[in-house]
Amino acid sequence: MTHYLFRRFWQSLLVLFGISLIVFILLHLSGDPAVLLMPPDATKEDIDNFRTLMGFNDPLFIRWPPWAGLSPPWRFVTETQYGRFMGGMVRGDFGLSFRHQQPALGLVLERMPATLELTLAAMLIAVSVAIPVGIVSAVRRNTSLDHAGMVLALLGQSMPVYWLGIMLILLFAVRLNLLPAFGSGSLSHLILPAITLGAFSMARIARLTRSGMLEVLGQEYVRTARAKGLAERRIILKHALKNAAIPVITVIGLDLGTLLGGAVITETIFAWPGVGRLAVQAIANRDYPVVQAAVFLLAAIFVLINFLVDVLYTYVDPRVAYK
Amino acid sequence: MSDGLVALDVEQGVTAREGRQDLRRILRELAGNRAALLGLAVVLAVTASALLAPQIAPFDPVAQEITNRLKPPGWTGADGRMRLLGTDHLGRDILSRAIYGARISIVIGLSAVLLAGTLGTLIGLVAGYEGGRIDDLCMRLTDTMLAMPFILLALAVIAVLGPSLLNIIMVLGVTSWVSYARVVRAEVLTLRAREFVAAAKALGGGGLRIVARHLLPNVLTPVIVIATLEVARMIILESALSFLGLGVQPPTPTWGGMLADGRAYLSTAWWLATFPGLCIMLSVLGINLLGDWLRDVLDPRLKV
Repeated sequence: MTHYLFRRFWQSLLVLFGISLIVFILLHLSGDPAVLLMPPDATKEDIDNFRTLMGFNDPLFIRWPPWAGLSPPWRFVTETQYGRFMGGMVRGDFGLSFRHQQPALGLVLERMPATLELTLAAMLIAVSVAIPVGIVSAVRRNTSLDHAGMVLALLGQSMPVYWLGIMLILLFAVRLNLLPAFGSGSLSHLILPAITLGAFSMARIARLTRSGMLEVLGQEYVRTARAKGLAERRIILKHALKNAAIPVITVIGLDLGTLLGGAVITETIFAWPGVGRLAVQAIANRDYPVVQAAVFLLAAIFVLINFLVDVLYTYVDPRVAYK
Repeated sequence: MSDGLVALDVEQGVTAREGRQDLRRILRELAGNRAALLGLAVVLAVTASALLAPQIAPFDPVAQEITNRLKPPGWTGADGRMRLLGTDHLGRDILSRAIYGARISIVIGLSAVLLAGTLGTLIGLVAGYEGGRIDDLCMRLTDTMLAMPFILLALAVIAVLGPSLLNIIMVLGVTSWVSYARVVRAEVLTLRAREFVAAAKALGGGGLRIVARHLLPNVLTPVIVIATLEVARMIILESALSFLGLGVQPPTPTWGGMLADGRAYLSTAWWLATFPGLCIMLSVLGINLLGDWLRDVLDPRLKV
């Protein structure tokens, strides 16, 4: 078990390294980050100065030729651009935001609670609707209740997030005037964005719970439980649900990460002051340190959540550690 | 030797006759499944409007008539022609724009899936067949892609490279191969232990030959199922990019772009945002219905 967790931890570290590489390359995709970062009307001289200032003339990954200067290999951290980026990142330094003149990481961390609040609320709504719907659909298989639930789930999976958001605003804020259309601060501000963000997961989890329950309800231990004369309610909630939960937990873990990243659109529509909206504005302003910090942090949280899900697994189903 | 090869082919179930029987079986199943038929009908309708847009669109999708702006659905102009779905903030006919919008969605959906499917299948084949360190590397690579906040990454890359049709296809394709790679790898891992692969090896088949001739045909079924469902996801992602302003640029009509335009007029002209959204939802629903059915018929064990 410890061995399994240790291996998963090591793999997570490797993934974080991969993420840092992608985040680093992001800035260099265009070939010349100096041109990308400077305003379009900057003179060639300004761009050249900026390039030298930012160290964009240094090698990206490897000094070339490697024997030049014969400096020790640890100088990689100061002499290459990726080395400097990694070194800064490990210390939590993604550079200054060009626009706000503040550390990029601090800006992102400041917005993180709002994004986490929205994501968790969305997942809470999704799970608390989807699991009962999935169970009822499975237990009342092929009744109109089942059909209604699954048609709704299919619609939920087919609806673009932002359209759902706009339609909810149109109905509840513009027509009925019941809930605020944007902003944050109170519970009523949270309702529409959380439903919007959670709808897709809700649909997915409902379908997965249904198929998982159907599979489990046909198993022999369920028949045994029935033969013992246990109450149907107890059989479904204790015996079946627990065994159908494993794939559902995986998807909840994966979706939690997807929701964090997907909050970008929801946050934009509802003007929710989270990381996603900050990042979209930073992309528009070409404020790349903030973009890099936001992408890295969201990905790192995703990795962390999935690691925790793996730890949780070893409790729910100890067999996974020995596969 | 030749007898041996024939036997191997039969075991793989890919002879032409069996293929035809499979096709007939699938068509029979299709006729009896209302949900799948509905899906097929929607997909055909969207494809048809993409192909025949110039013939069926009643108006020029980019022609502006400022005097006729924000007219409600069913409004008939001084020219006596009805705007079935109304006009937008520049007086353009929404129905015509929606019909033309299908083009971008279909082109991007199909090309991105083709790119991602090819990449993912290749990575999955190599990872599963080679095993060991190469497999480890490929799996960490898929974990990394899975962890990336997709929309944000796509936005950032497109902001750097510029929002051209080709760049959007590339970004969607290069970032969406994970699901194919994982499924193909898992399939290859079980296939690799099967006798026909051992036999092909024993007959002296090289790695490339085994992968291309013996493994690839056997993993195509799940790939087709995933690809179908992924077209839907690509359409949603493309429209999300357009919605955030980094999709195919105006004046080219895209469903996501129309939706974004409509946002400013939510309280006065609901039809601007409603109809393009319905187009996206219906297309995606149709593709999902078709994909779910394909999965049930071809590969019911597949969890996608």
